[in-house]
Amino acid sequence: MSTATTKYVRRYRTVASTVPSPATVHPHTRACLQPARNPEEGEPMTQENMLTGAQIVVRCLEEFRVTDVFGLPGGAILPVYDALGASASISRMVLHQQQSAGHAAMGYALSTGRPGVCVAGSGPAAMGLVSVLQDALVDSVPMVAITGQVRSDLIGTDAFQEADVVGASLPVTKHSLQVTRAEDVAPALASAWELATTGRPGPVLVDITQDAQEGAAAFQWPLRVDLPGFHPVTKPNAKQVRQAAVRLAASQRPVLYVGGGVVRADAAAALRALAEACGAPVVTTMPALGVMPDGHPQYLGMPGMYGTVPAVLALQRADLVVALGARFADRVTGRASTFAPMAKVVHVDIDPAEISKLREADVPIVGDLAEVLGDLLPVYREVSAHGHADLAPWWGYLNGLRSSYPTTEDAPDRLLSPQRVLRRLGELSGPDSYFATGSGLHQVWAANALPLQEPGHFLSPCGAGTAGFGLPAALGAKRAHPEATVWAVEGDNGFQISGSELAVCAAAGLPVKVVVLNNGSLGMARQWQTLFFDGNRVDTDLQSSPSPTEWVPDFAKLAEAYGARGITVSDPSQVDAAVREALSTNDRPVVLNVLVSPDTMVWPMVPDGVSNDFIQYRRGQAPVFDSEAGA
Amino acid sequence: MSIHILSMLVENRPGLLTRVSGLFARRGFNIESMTAGPSEVPNLFRMTLVADVESQPLEQVTKQLNKLVDVVKIVELKPETSVLREHLLIKVKADPTVRQQVVELAQLFRARVVDVASEAVVVEATGEGTKLNALLDLLEPYGVKEIVHSGLIAIARGNR
Ligand SMILES: Cc1ncc(C[n+]2csc(CCOP(=O)(O)OP(=O)(O)O)c2C)c(N)n1
Ligand SMILES: [Mg+2]
Repeated sequence: MSTATTKYVRRYRTVASTVPSPATVHPHTRACLQPARNPEEGEPMTQENMLTGAQIVVRCLEEFRVTDVFGLPGGAILPVYDALGASASISRMVLHQQQSAGHAAMGYALSTGRPGVCVAGSGPAAMGLVSVLQDALVDSVPMVAITGQVRSDLIGTDAFQEADVVGASLPVTKHSLQVTRAEDVAPALASAWELATTGRPGPVLVDITQDAQEGAAAFQWPLRVDLPGFHPVTKPNAKQVRQAAVRLAASQRPVLYVGGGVVRADAAAALRALAEACGAPVVTTMPALGVMPDGHPQYLGMPGMYGTVPAVLALQRADLVVALGARFADRVTGRASTFAPMAKVVHVDIDPAEISKLREADVPIVGDLAEVLGDLLPVYREVSAHGHADLAPWWGYLNGLRSSYPTTEDAPDRLLSPQRVLRRLGELSGPDSYFATGSGLHQVWAANALPLQEPGHFLSPCGAGTAGFGLPAALGAKRAHPEATVWAVEGDNGFQISGSELAVCAAAGLPVKVVVLNNGSLGMARQWQTLFFDGNRVDTDLQSSPSPTEWVPDFAKLAEAYGARGITVSDPSQVDAAVREALSTNDRPVVLNVLVSPDTMVWPMVPDGVSNDFIQYRRGQAPVFDSEAGA
Repeated sequence: MSIHILSMLVENRPGLLTRVSGLFARRGFNIESMTAGPSEVPNLFRMTLVADVESQPLEQVTKQLNKLVDVVKIVELKPETSVLREHLLIKVKADPTVRQQVVELAQLFRARVVDVASEAVVVEATGEGTKLNALLDLLEPYGVKEIVHSGLIAIARGNR
């Protein structure tokens, strides 16, 4: 495991963690803090270095410096919980259901760069993690999910709470393993940790039968992880890097298209340095928000379906797209065959399967983004010293778009503008705050309106769009950053999915702040019905009452019932005061119930399945984007 | 239809076949055949997979297969430079009046009769797909009761 540990330290920011001190740990655990004994050296196996499989789970987590696990106990995982209860260095957060536990672990992982760990029982409990694994897979979030399984002699018999969670997890994990013997627990967890954190990060599931948790085995550490089929390439090919630099220096209309890979590689500073050296405009996908600080003169915003006009049109007009840890997702490209039609493509990713998957790369580079950017900058400087394209005409065109199509703050019906509320919330909370969202209009409003300054502060279910993510993810982030302001930005429907976790926040002394952008509807679905289904709103209006103040439930009252502070905001003049009130309330969670018109939409937008050239700035208003400089 | 032969070294772990076939199904590729057995490397199995994909998506499928942790190595074998073999067992209707004809046909293809019963014989043949299909065409008129056809196995010719 020694190489794995080095990689891990290099690639992920670490948080201070306590090494368990032998004096304070459970007696069983204490026995194992002695150096690992090697049976081949003839050291006798004593009673002392034998542990149960469950204790080995905990010892492994301690070795990984895990300080927090999220989950809930039940039948087949009780031995692990028993052992977790004896750990001095691992805190447990118990949530009300497994999906929330998994999302809390994701919020923890996204806000720290360290793997999130979640624990669940067998059967329905384990299956409750499946959508979380999908979230973590598609957004490349390092996660280790530990599930209990029925005793090995019952596997395949349709036993009580038996489910084939390994089978169910195959398409939604980076890897999954089942353990049926105590002696296999440590190797499985060591492999899981290595896989989750190395190369392209992702979720790994370890399913452990009850008898493996209860059985005894010797614990040895460190372990050498033997994964002959796993060898991610991190060092880029120097020739390709030079090619990229040459193209970048020659390009007259370059765009740096930055994705979550830059965040996972902890390479935001290197990206900014490259951007400033080459002067190219930068767009960041939703997982990469914050890589360029909001307000940076080279930053054009988020591209894609709900992106800004300058970001979308810059890509459509570009002669060179440098994709950095981005995967040409359909939400970014629109109809792929018409995306960035004039551009040559440099594509950098640690996962070779992403390169040329959806768009043929002219310069493919496989490698760790931190290494690639580190290599690219000096080569670019050297190449561009011999001359580089003049970007002034390009910037003339882009700045024209910026001033003609600024981001907007809508408020029909004299209700609140969600974008304005979010902007004020971001401004008043400050750059160190974290924002976790659900999925829907509130998510894309937040993505565009929050003045983010650093990556890892916008926590969102980007690739999967899982509604109800916001509050549990905020809880996980608050757990990792107790001193920071952590907001959940939720929709009224999303808050009803996982809002019960407010009880956990209140009870555990995690004063998260929630803003519910309450439009009384499944707003995103409703917008699509308005635009693409002739306004035929089937099942998207959640309230029957015409009066916004009578919407059910009353989220402010609900908040109070959970031991949180509830504040309803219905008038623009109340926004700042309410946000300040929330910011100064730190003895319990706060819920701001912000009343928003159901007719407030997200703009700009590219309709589904068409070329990004068809971006609409407002409803029915296409930007004029042809110009001398750009074309 | 564009047939490609992938020879893969894999760790023989539970669920491997599901992982491989699931990957093909999920990404919309067809598997023509799949065989697996021990290889020259202790603990590693060799899997021969025949896929029906255009070459561009083949590269994509190869990259995705490479991401499976249990897949250690993948090479594409070109039919022109490889030895290709399939195995066939055919039960043909053959009463004593035609039995001799069936046996002779089998011999022409260097196939063997491996079981004889009063009304049927079992013919066993090994070879490339085209040869086996030709044999099948000739046996068809006698009445084929059952066909068992293995997947393709393949090995590169030459020293390496
Ligand atoms: C688990 C899940 N189910 C369904 C959806 C489909 N969906 C996308 S946005 C949305 C509306 C969510 O409503 P709300 O949380 O109030 O957010 P709003 O769009 O109104 O801001 C729904 C149902 C989803 N994204 N995730
Ligand atoms: Mg809503």
